[in-house]
Amino acid sequence: MTYRPTADHDELRAVVRQLADERIAPRAAEIDERAEFPWDLKELLARQDLLGTCFPARFGGTELDDIGQAILVEEVARADATTSLIPIVQKLGSLPIIVAGSEEQQARYFPRLASGEWLAAFGLTEAGAGSDVAGVRMRARRDGDAYVLSGSKRFITHGSIANLVTIFALTDPEAGGRKGMSAFIVETDTPGFSSPRLEHKMGIRGSPTAELHFDDVRVPAANRLGEEGAGFAIAMATLDRSRLSIAAQAVGIAAGALDFALAYAGQREQFGERLAEMQGIQFLLADMGSQTEAARQLTYAAAAAVDAGAPDLAYWTSCAKLIAGDTAMRVTTDAVQVLGGYGYVSEYPVERMMRDAKITQLYEGTQQIQRIIVARQLLRRAGVGRAAKPGDRA
Amino acid sequence: MRIVVCIKQVPATTAEKRYTADLRLDRASAEAVINPLDEYAIEQALRLQESGAVETVGFLSMGPEQAAEALRRALAMGGDDATLVTDRALAGADEWATARVLAAALDRLAPDIALMGMASDDARGSLVPGAVAALRGLPLLSYGAELSVAGAHARIRRLTAAGFDVIEAPLPVVATVTDQVGEPRYASLKGIMAAKRKPMETWSLADLGLAAADLHGAALTRVVEARKPEAKPPTERVENASPDEAVGRIADWLAARKLI
Repeated sequence: MTYRPTADHDELRAVVRQLADERIAPRAAEIDERAEFPWDLKELLARQDLLGTCFPARFGGTELDDIGQAILVEEVARADATTSLIPIVQKLGSLPIIVAGSEEQQARYFPRLASGEWLAAFGLTEAGAGSDVAGVRMRARRDGDAYVLSGSKRFITHGSIANLVTIFALTDPEAGGRKGMSAFIVETDTPGFSSPRLEHKMGIRGSPTAELHFDDVRVPAANRLGEEGAGFAIAMATLDRSRLSIAAQAVGIAAGALDFALAYAGQREQFGERLAEMQGIQFLLADMGSQTEAARQLTYAAAAAVDAGAPDLAYWTSCAKLIAGDTAMRVTTDAVQVLGGYGYVSEYPVERMMRDAKITQLYEGTQQIQRIIVARQLLRRAGVGRAAKPGDRA
Repeated sequence: MRIVVCIKQVPATTAEKRYTADLRLDRASAEAVINPLDEYAIEQALRLQESGAVETVGFLSMGPEQAAEALRRALAMGGDDATLVTDRALAGADEWATARVLAAALDRLAPDIALMGMASDDARGSLVPGAVAALRGLPLLSYGAELSVAGAHARIRRLTAAGFDVIEAPLPVVATVTDQVGEPRYASLKGIMAAKRKPMETWSLADLGLAAADLHGAALTRVVEARKPEAKPPTERVENASPDEAVGRIADWLAARKLI
């Protein structure tokens, strides 16, 4: 398997890095402090065609390969994790349509999503259904040419600002989440849809995390993705691919913290010498650098597996997200350590990066869920796996 | 109506510059970018194209083969085509030789407006636009805060100490613009992809009907020395002194240099 970045990837990285350094990084502290969604940066990313990278060119997208998409997310996250969620969630919310949408559904929605005119969100998680995806309770009742959706979703990134949410609800409650769940495209201006509350978060504070209420929301049957009952498989196919974005985000957060710690160590003097000359600091920096590089290369390998449509792509994306998320947490914590007391105050960006890093160990499957997926794939490969039971993840 | 924007590839502003043994800038040692002041000329040309005042925008650069990267980056911002003049005989070209080559290339491209940035970030001679205009026998509209086209004339607004002057000349002209024209755009992803398919020609000196002998070894001038600015003496600090004592020491220091 080859996953070496090409000259096109290098050019993409240079272009996005310049944009991120000049326009996104200077806004990061303010976005975090005010916990406001950066509409200006959403417009900027849309104008530069950076919200359409996962869509086919025939629908107005720029159709980057998965390594290119990972580089985009990485470079934006290096400057600001909140802003990197704009392309991440645009893809996450659209992936159910990418993997299961009909040509007609794709033609209807992709042009507006690819241009960034519309934002998408992904509505799976509920208060009682987090890691346990099959525990979804939300209902979708067939009524003539429509489905009537009722219930609530929680922790929906961009749920309050999206124009379109892909929603997972039970069409056959007796069959349960695994066999009785279906996926729908819901336009958020549909009567009965509301977003009454946002979470107050530790990190990624400019990215609104919403609770969504569905009070008998009528969705045309033409907006059902795939067959009735295919919801669980669509959700898993989505997450198997989307967690690659989280790995890339984690690599970017780690890279941003490493770069800042390096610059700081090159300037700060104590005991008459620069921190950069102290072996104790050098050892910290070496660990941060080598671990970030390992996470980055594993993320690109996973991206190549997704690009190739590898049958075990879930193994690769889970490995990448697991390693990259833990790396982001460790590297940002070490960056705070390099800065000492200055690292702990909001005058410097590394404490924000440390708070932002934590989410990469939690969302789109906690690190414990990633381990379950990786272990299951390993055991299956070794021929010692057990047969799937109802309630298993894919 | 056609504009050709002349651009130069230079070492990044923030890069540490080094000289080769023969006192030329070591271009291999630093990241290369479009001269930042040329980006304003590109932006001005693209705005005129978007407004409909100009039909086509081309880019022209003289430089080593890797200057094609700068032209490709300009094409990613917009415009239609690019021309690179590259020739081993041009290594070490000074302003005069550069102007002769650009003038010869512009004679062939025959744009209504040849547009340039107000200076290059590396050499800062600022002589090339005037020399190109003189060699081609065309009017020069220099240091425009804005360039516009009206009928058969080009017009610039130039900031002055008293306000601004509006200067007009009949086409064709050579013009330069300043950083007042507006922030240069970023290349979009679709722009980057489209740039790969835009035409780029490469010309040698012979293609321009010039011979190396015409250029006197590519330079009339010679760099005889290159050195870094001398390090400033360490800053003297007056600290931990009472206000009266501090004032006295600062006054003595100024008086010793006959500044008060």
